[in-house]
Amino acid sequence: MSLSREEIDHIAALARLRLTEAEKDLYRGQLSAVLDYIAKLSEVDTTPIPPTATVLPLRTVLRPDVVRPSLPVPELLRNAPDAADDMFRVPPVLDGGAEGG
Amino acid sequence: MTLTDLTLQEAAARLAAGSISSRELTAAHLDRIATVDPRLNAYLTVTAEQALAQAEAADAQRTAGGETPPLLGVPLAIKDVLCLQATRTTAGSRILENFVAPYTATAVQRLLDAGAVILGKLNCDEFAMGSSTENSAYGPTRNPWDLDRVPGGSSGGSAAAVAARLTLGALGTDTGGSVRQPASFCGVVGLKTSYGRVSRYGLIAYGSSLDSIGPLARTVADAALLFSQIAGHDPRDATSMPMPVPALGGWTEDLRGLRVGVPREYFIDGMQPAVEQAVRAAIDHLQALGATPIEISLPHTAYAVPVYYLIAPAEASANLARFEGVRYGPRAEADALWDVFEKTRGERFGAEVKRRIMLGTYALSAGYYDAFYGQAQKVRTLIKRDFDQAFEQVDVIACPVAPTTAFPIGTKVDDPLAMYLEDVFTLPPSLAGIPGLSVPCGNDAEGLPIGLQLLGPAFGEERVLRVGHAYEQTTDWHHATPAL
Repeated sequence: MSLSREEIDHIAALARLRLTEAEKDLYRGQLSAVLDYIAKLSEVDTTPIPPTATVLPLRTVLRPDVVRPSLPVPELLRNAPDAADDMFRVPPVLDGGAEGG
Repeated sequence: MTLTDLTLQEAAARLAAGSISSRELTAAHLDRIATVDPRLNAYLTVTAEQALAQAEAADAQRTAGGETPPLLGVPLAIKDVLCLQATRTTAGSRILENFVAPYTATAVQRLLDAGAVILGKLNCDEFAMGSSTENSAYGPTRNPWDLDRVPGGSSGGSAAAVAARLTLGALGTDTGGSVRQPASFCGVVGLKTSYGRVSRYGLIAYGSSLDSIGPLARTVADAALLFSQIAGHDPRDATSMPMPVPALGGWTEDLRGLRVGVPREYFIDGMQPAVEQAVRAAIDHLQALGATPIEISLPHTAYAVPVYYLIAPAEASANLARFEGVRYGPRAEADALWDVFEKTRGERFGAEVKRRIMLGTYALSAGYYDAFYGQAQKVRTLIKRDFDQAFEQVDVIACPVAPTTAFPIGTKVDDPLAMYLEDVFTLPPSLAGIPGLSVPCGNDAEGLPIGLQLLGPAFGEERVLRVGHAYEQTTDWHHATPAL
């Protein structure tokens, strides 16, 4: 199957990846080839088969609702490119950015 | 014998006997790293100062007497997707080039609690995505057996460092073969643990339904010792299972009564003949030790590559959403937040990571979810059932790790599909969540190592280690040392 240029633009926007024109051309060809290969999965009749999301017999784990110490905030902010008042600081979300959200 | 040629168990025994100190053992490794690693690029960060301090503390603890932990003073190294507090942790990515971990991963902490000395952080494909370590933003690691070839991946730095005597053992991670395949390419032992066996707290996530942490070492007994230290339940990882960790050791070379499954789907057209010959010879050897080979079928094997390359990228696209220039790493400047996200990610992620994020985003997107991701999860069920049924008939499965030996750097990196097919024999066990061991079992005509893959049922690590140990101790492959 061949991905269109519009589909590549759409996927990149969903993934929040700014790609160059050259990257879009490259991924369009490579992802189309990979999807062709993946299409062989449609050969398999899975009508009665349940999906596997995890191989483990997991159940929700509960713990007592007790306050415990967590990692110190300054340590967690240390890797942030911009921080103020114990918070991550970012450029405006609404002004000029609303069309992206 | 130089200190760096000792196995982990030999070094631990000499430390316990007092015939060597951790200080000299650690210094010997740091010296060899300084001499040899410029040619290999196995280490991304060498924590020399801390390592020597840890070594001196270990020596002091031993001198003080009393109970000593099993790895006291033993130098080890860690794949750079595992957090070590106050140490740079890059995941092989430019997007984390300045990231200093605020805490230590449980698996690493357990090695520290067992007395280990940490030499540094090891190179890998970016976010563990790759089969060659060529996807590291910090340059490829080279195979110690042939510097023009890849060490495998994504734990290529771990495998190369162990093979080149730059550490006594290492931790790697395996999502679709990333411990076993580099172990095979570099001629060392690598254990992919059962999904849920080792806590992933502090592991930078790639494919959360698949990621596992496992040891690489030069002998099965060394890998077993490391496994026994890192395994077990951790309340900080809800997917780590409260299963008892079996006692390891006391193994013999007598395999009478053992049923070894030989899956016909794992010997395919196009695989390197030397690999098939070596693995068939290894199965004959197991038979000579008393085991009974039984031909089996794992009929959905051919679907593992497409299933994996939907599920893992889908999970990756969600896991890597957290890297957007706000909480970590460098930020691309822009006036609006969405532009910051897109520019930071576009500029800082490497080609393969972007490719997998795109693939995973597509597989999860509206209109395609059922046909791709949903179908992949159902076929995953069939792959898991193949193994469930096989282990009703056999105790372990023996097969190749990879269809080829180490390939030259640069030959597959621009052809993603060719690279993905490299994982054809390691992906099915990953999708089933079962343990797998890679043990050296031969060389091709170029002298490149070949690995035997031994698979067991979920939480059956003891079984694959026992069989791998019997094979290893009655063959000479693990004694081979690359000339560097």
